[in-house]
Amino acid sequence: MAFVLSEEQTMLRDMAKQFFSEQVPVTNLRKIRDDGSEDGFDRDVWKQIVELGFAGILIPEDLGGTGFGPMGIGIVMQEAGRTLAASPLYATAVLGAGMIIAAGSESQKKQLLPRVAAGELLLALAIDETNHHNPANIAMTATRDGDDFVLSGEKRFVIDGHIADKLIVAARTSGTPGETQGISAFLIDADMAGITRTRTHMVDTRNAANIAFDNVKVPADALLGGTDSAFPELENVLDMGRVCLSAEMLGGIETVFDTTLTYLKERKQFDAIIGTFQALQHRAAEMFCEVEICQSVVLDALSALEERRNDIPRAASLAKARLSEAARLITNEGVQMHGGIGMTDAVDVGLFLKRARVQAQMLGDANFHRSRYADLGGY
Amino acid sequence: MTNLETFRAETRAWLEENCPESMRTPMPEREMPWGGRNASYPNPDTKVWMDNMASRGWTAPTWPAEYGGGGLSKEENKVLQEELARIKARPALTSFGLWMLGPALLEFASEEQKKKYIGEIVRGEIRWCQGYSEPGAGSDLAGLQTKAEDKGDHYLVNGQKVWTSYADQCDWIFCLVRTDNSVKHDGISFLLIDMDDPGVEARPIKLISGSSPFCETFLTDVKVPKENLVGELNKGWTIAKRLLEHERSMISGMGMGAGAASMGGMEAVAKENFGTDGDRIADPAIRNAIAAHKMDQQAFGLTMKRAGEEAKAGQGMGAAASMFKYYGTEVNKRRFELLLDIMGTQALGWEGEGFDSKELAVTRSWLRSKGNSIEGGTSEVQLNVIAKRVLGLPTA
Ligand SMILES: Cc1cc2nc3c(=O)[nH]c(=O)nc-3n(C[C@H](O)[C@H](O)[C@H](O)COP(=O)(O)OP(=O)(O)OC[C@H]3O[C@@H](n4cnc5c(N)ncnc54)[C@H](O)[C@@H]3O)c2cc1C
Repeated sequence: MAFVLSEEQTMLRDMAKQFFSEQVPVTNLRKIRDDGSEDGFDRDVWKQIVELGFAGILIPEDLGGTGFGPMGIGIVMQEAGRTLAASPLYATAVLGAGMIIAAGSESQKKQLLPRVAAGELLLALAIDETNHHNPANIAMTATRDGDDFVLSGEKRFVIDGHIADKLIVAARTSGTPGETQGISAFLIDADMAGITRTRTHMVDTRNAANIAFDNVKVPADALLGGTDSAFPELENVLDMGRVCLSAEMLGGIETVFDTTLTYLKERKQFDAIIGTFQALQHRAAEMFCEVEICQSVVLDALSALEERRNDIPRAASLAKARLSEAARLITNEGVQMHGGIGMTDAVDVGLFLKRARVQAQMLGDANFHRSRYADLGGY
Repeated sequence: MTNLETFRAETRAWLEENCPESMRTPMPEREMPWGGRNASYPNPDTKVWMDNMASRGWTAPTWPAEYGGGGLSKEENKVLQEELARIKARPALTSFGLWMLGPALLEFASEEQKKKYIGEIVRGEIRWCQGYSEPGAGSDLAGLQTKAEDKGDHYLVNGQKVWTSYADQCDWIFCLVRTDNSVKHDGISFLLIDMDDPGVEARPIKLISGSSPFCETFLTDVKVPKENLVGELNKGWTIAKRLLEHERSMISGMGMGAGAASMGGMEAVAKENFGTDGDRIADPAIRNAIAAHKMDQQAFGLTMKRAGEEAKAGQGMGAAASMFKYYGTEVNKRRFELLLDIMGTQALGWEGEGFDSKELAVTRSWLRSKGNSIEGGTSEVQLNVIAKRVLGLPTA
């Protein structure tokens, strides 16, 4: 049954819940921010994440992973989302590993995946070039030069771009921006000559970078998948990323909702607990419905991935659009219902609000996914 | 072959033989199979189909066979529903008896009552209506005043019910009556009344949609035999609430996908109205609104499915009925508002020339949909239930 976790999955969830709540509470993110961490994540925490096997969840067991699959990583992302845990999990273990699994050659897989599972290799996927996610809209070029390719162009908002050891770069080997044909993927060292990485400090204190490629010469064996034809695999991995992000967002809104509900039951005004006011009760009930709906679409999208259903794109767009909207509603209501204190840096709800807006933009906001959903429906 | 496969094969063969051709076509409202003593059958196949299904208890497939139900397991019923859907069969019987009263009787009624009433419901012999609301008791249902006095061998009932759907066409009414004035909830009883009895009168009320599906029902010195009391005296509120849960889950699933479906889907209607840009609807705002709405519908459907699976696995989703009633009816209302946006003036015809029957049906269904968030407990009441019972928010 897709909507009810198996015993194994329940154990994984309990383990992840305990780990993130005890070892990586929100104070961990505050510390990274207040210390002005260069890395933007906590290497000790990452080590523990790796030891728990989370970095290799998508990686088959014979390549050093745990093979827990999409449902597994979704469960972990949801728990990480509850405490705003900052780590390379998403960029490295979901997008990076996902792309190598989907498009890599046998030797690329053998060489790289065990190192990813062991936490030795950090990855970042560089796709977007404008302020809005649009994976077909790639202008960056990869031009043949004898046995090599020369990469030129700029990537924006590359998650974990400045800490990654290797980059997976989507570039155009033919065609024009907007076309899905003609896109190729390259797996290259992040410190090659001609690459300039600029860390961008985002509102959610999480890692991102703009990356410029100035005639970067890469060998042909850097290709990940076929020339001109990487888009389908890229889309598969992006869908996996969208669903995992949705799971992370779900964890976030669950925390905000629970925290807000607790506050409604504590705070007194007009000699009454504010939770007795019907104006607030109804808004709380509406949020409850949203959370329930969000749980359903995330679980459905994860099982679509797990079962390799043919409606993965539709399920992923549904989840990402839905969660982006719900997270906006619930974080806004969370701040509002806390009153003045909700505006302060001292309480966490503002941190969740900031994170939610970045998550909403990542791999397509609600508008993008509604349009994609309509395209998939033939209208 | 497994038992289920055998069951499927037999069911398929039986349906092939017993479901008349015309019962495999879309159902116009006037051919709804409500059953009852006064039923008329503009299409005689309706009655044939009802009787065929009732002969196997399949109008109520999962009810116990000893009372006339189908006695099917959940799995068998799933197969039956799939086979019915496969041939696009119309429902064989639609009734408040099936949706609301029957499940409550199976839980709360005496053995004799079940023997008598369940079979009648399954066979579509008696058409039931619901006598809950009163002029002074709507959302605050427990404030009802219709009283039943103990007169030794019978109860004497006096009072007025209102918004009684289809009362003028029904045979019996299940009523909430006051049997103790000194307490509110604990002074209510659940009574079954034959509408042919002297003193029962139903007067139709006209709705904004132009039709008159519900009535004012007057009860004046009606003598009701004591054996018509369901459950214990003054314990009717428990039954009333359980029955409301059945009603709410019925209403929340009602009409999903209908309306536009008869017009070939709202995407197609939008393409006709606004033209296309490649495969896309040319108007981006409408296209976006349709996608948003379809997402709402899909997400709601998934949540219903999840609730079902969780129930099977023994994990409750808590006051799910209220959430579904609230969300489902609000989505349904939005669907019709969106259809109006898409169809423009063509969805606003009242009658006569210039509109085809499907367009006129959209107008009327749009107006009717407004009642979805009022009947069976308003949206506001559902939100109250969620806030208090699920979220545990305190009362002032
Ligand atoms: C199409 C249709 C069919 C129906 N069929 C039947 C039937 O067959 N049998 C039957 O018994 N009844 C039936 N009803 C009646 C229905 O159950 C009542 O209309 C409903 O419970 C609301 O009661 P009311 O009309 O008295 O509205 P009121 O209770 O007066 O409500 C008026 C407004 O006040 C709001 N309100 C009331 N109390 C609160 C509160 N505590 N908090 C916040 N807001 C509140 C309501 O939400 C509503 O917006 C039907 C109604 C409709 C529309």
